[in-house]
Amino acid sequence: MTNPYHVVVCASVVPDPLQTLEPITGPSGPALKNEMMLPAILDPWASHALYEGANLVKHIAGSKLWLVSMAPKAKLQQVMMTVAQKVPLQLVAVDGPSSGFADAHQTAHALAAAIRAIAGIDLSRLLLFGGWESASRSAGVTLQLIGEELGIVDQFQGVDAITPQEDGSFEVLERVEGARHQVSLCAGPPAVLGWATGNLGEPRNDPQVGMANMRTIMPALQRATVASISADGMRYSNVATPKQQRQTRIVKELPAEDIAREIVQWITQE
Amino acid sequence: MTTADQPAIERASIDVDIACVGFGPATGGFLTTLSRQLLNDDGSPAIESKAAPGLPLQVICYERADDIGFGVSGVVTRARGIQASFPDLDPAQIPMAAPVVNEKVVYLLDPVGASRRSRVLRAGDRCLRALGNILGVANDAFELPYTPSFLHKKDGLVLSIGQFNQWVGSQLMSSGAVQIWPGMPVDEALIEDGKVVGVRLVDQGVDRQGNPEPGFTAGMDIHAALTVIGDGPVGAVGHDLDSRLGTPPGNEVREWALGMKFVIELRPGIDLQPGTVFHTFGFPEPEIFGFFYVHPGGVTSVGIFVPSWFDCPTRTVYRYLQHYIQHPYLWRYLEGGRLRSWGAKSLQESGKRGEPYLVGDGYARIGESSGSTNVLTGSGVDEAWTSGVQLAEGVLELLRAGKPFTRENLAQAYEARRRASWLEREARIAEKSRDGFQRGVVTGLIGMAVTAFTKGQVSLGSHPSKPCERIVSPEQFYRGKLKPREIESIQHQCNVGGTSLHDSLMDACGWSAIAHDGSLLVSHQDVLLLGGKVQAPAGYADHVRFRDLEVCGRCGTKLCVEMCSGQAITRSLEGPPNFDREKCVFCGACMWNCPESVEGRPNLQFRAGAGGLHSAEN
Repeated sequence: MTNPYHVVVCASVVPDPLQTLEPITGPSGPALKNEMMLPAILDPWASHALYEGANLVKHIAGSKLWLVSMAPKAKLQQVMMTVAQKVPLQLVAVDGPSSGFADAHQTAHALAAAIRAIAGIDLSRLLLFGGWESASRSAGVTLQLIGEELGIVDQFQGVDAITPQEDGSFEVLERVEGARHQVSLCAGPPAVLGWATGNLGEPRNDPQVGMANMRTIMPALQRATVASISADGMRYSNVATPKQQRQTRIVKELPAEDIAREIVQWITQE
Repeated sequence: MTTADQPAIERASIDVDIACVGFGPATGGFLTTLSRQLLNDDGSPAIESKAAPGLPLQVICYERADDIGFGVSGVVTRARGIQASFPDLDPAQIPMAAPVVNEKVVYLLDPVGASRRSRVLRAGDRCLRALGNILGVANDAFELPYTPSFLHKKDGLVLSIGQFNQWVGSQLMSSGAVQIWPGMPVDEALIEDGKVVGVRLVDQGVDRQGNPEPGFTAGMDIHAALTVIGDGPVGAVGHDLDSRLGTPPGNEVREWALGMKFVIELRPGIDLQPGTVFHTFGFPEPEIFGFFYVHPGGVTSVGIFVPSWFDCPTRTVYRYLQHYIQHPYLWRYLEGGRLRSWGAKSLQESGKRGEPYLVGDGYARIGESSGSTNVLTGSGVDEAWTSGVQLAEGVLELLRAGKPFTRENLAQAYEARRRASWLEREARIAEKSRDGFQRGVVTGLIGMAVTAFTKGQVSLGSHPSKPCERIVSPEQFYRGKLKPREIESIQHQCNVGGTSLHDSLMDACGWSAIAHDGSLLVSHQDVLLLGGKVQAPAGYADHVRFRDLEVCGRCGTKLCVEMCSGQAITRSLEGPPNFDREKCVFCGACMWNCPESVEGRPNLQFRAGAGGLHSAEN
């Protein structure tokens, strides 16, 4: 029988990807224009990790799931109104920046401290989940740095599946080039798993789950620790969003071959 | 399909004390007032829950949209009720909010020459142009020397409802006293023996027709002692209640408008003071009213209202809005600006005449769908907020007295409170103020002024017709501008191409083509992708459905296609129009524009649905 896991999902809060983002230089370095006005969501990559983590915990008795997130408290509260309806979780809130411009080392340090401080956590049973990339800046290094701070040497990135074995070990599928998976067998926790998309769809909104979660989420937000993330010593030479070009044309029932040919033609013109 | 018709599906249920449907200004006012009284200073329950004994009152609000800040409306309001709830309100706390500092009413002349103006208006325009130097006509516009008191928003606020909702919701959630759940549409009210006993959430994991698919989750039943309906003018639950429990004799929503607006970042160097407000009329068509509100940070909300008494059978809003912003009076500020966001919303323009039963056993109605909008002052947000506050005060009174939420008790605690307030007094004055528009714009404007100055004692015009009763054929509407053969040819081309008529007809009538610049003037499809985009999560049924497909096939006007704000409804060669959920912004214009009815109800059914516009700047 597999021993229970203590799953910690690290997830940042990012602006709703349906918004138009505009980088600016603020008093403390690069920022997004009107960032606090924009609606926010849980980082889509980390969301997959959350759903996979919740599924794992559901099927292995005695396991627990924590969601550790650093963001301005008001933004985190807003995001939780949606996320809390998805899966049962215990929130560990860290009040800090989520602009994507915070130094990854400092962010990792703050999150590692928050994980260590979780009451009742057994770090020897820890599976540290997160996204292998991030929608904020796609730096994709914070999770690895947290693992290093916590002394976890087994790290997997681009994970699509984890399958616990009877002997306490677990099998991990990692994405590798050529649309293939690398299969690894890990002796057991602790381990870091940076998730790709996994195999689970977004759970349905469940009012019962939401109500149950909210009993612990609001107190967690109220006692959120404040992370002191400094921009000292950092210099950004350039910040820009990808150039967008939009040429809309409505054509009905165009064969796929013609669409492909037109796209290739358009790309080669660039 | 109603509860009674549905095959038995096992549904989970939960019990709460108060369930709210829709989070807008009305529910914001309700929850703000209520939440302040639910907990003692030491955090213990001030009012104990009956649904969960030992706990504080369990209050839960379900919002259809994916976020509580996705309400669509830039607004100028006197904010009397809002400021009464927040006596120390500092507008700087609310993004995009500013005190009103400068307000003008402006008559816009037609610089294009394509506007359909009556002889009276044309004569008036000629006089204005001839006396332009004396009267101060400039930029093809005439600024009225003063703003009539009934229109004035003195001491009020310019707001973005999206940001205001976020601000209110954030405070409510942090209080811990109430819960608000976005992304959770409510399908219908649960009614037992004439009593509302809660709500049913929509099914998830279904196909477009609502049939279960893998991952099906039956919508949960939320049982509540009190159900508060504040789901807006096109809300599914409000309409469901009206349909099943009836409406007061003589009361009916016959007048609507579709409001559409842009949020525009002004070019550098445009120095307009935040809180500047222009109310406009006269262009692009005399029937279309417009607004221009300046927010802090060089941002403006600019939009138009197309009313249901604008008889154009191919009424479009987007194209008209593009012409509107290019009017010289506005373009001097807007040229070189950048479109940040866009949105559209239906407005209930019948006001008190569209009032449903405000209370019943187990339920109460608040906000715009409760007929709170003042149609004379053109004010709805503050009135909606106030109706929510009044209900909360009544509910607290009943809870403290240990009285149940019966029709009689709610009538005494809420309805009587509302009737005795400024909300009712002003609504009665306004009740017939717009009747003159049934006979034309000039009569309508005079009628509003007469009603205002006689405090509602005198009004002009006649009882409004339903939108679908006023619609004339394209041949009649464009008589003198286009020949029937031209219209027929355009109709044929549009049917074959699956496109709407209005662009082609406006082109033919002399409206110049829009010179898209990719920044401010963009195509109707591109606007769905700018700023706040439109999306529809998988696993939900189509919320726009056509009851009788043959009726749609016979429909000549297809107004649902023409007025669709997101081009989500498109023509098909045969049968009903196509509906693309991923483009719908939930403005609801299709519902009140449907000219065909089946068994006394519009053939187009507008149900609860998920998704829509993702923008908090509206």
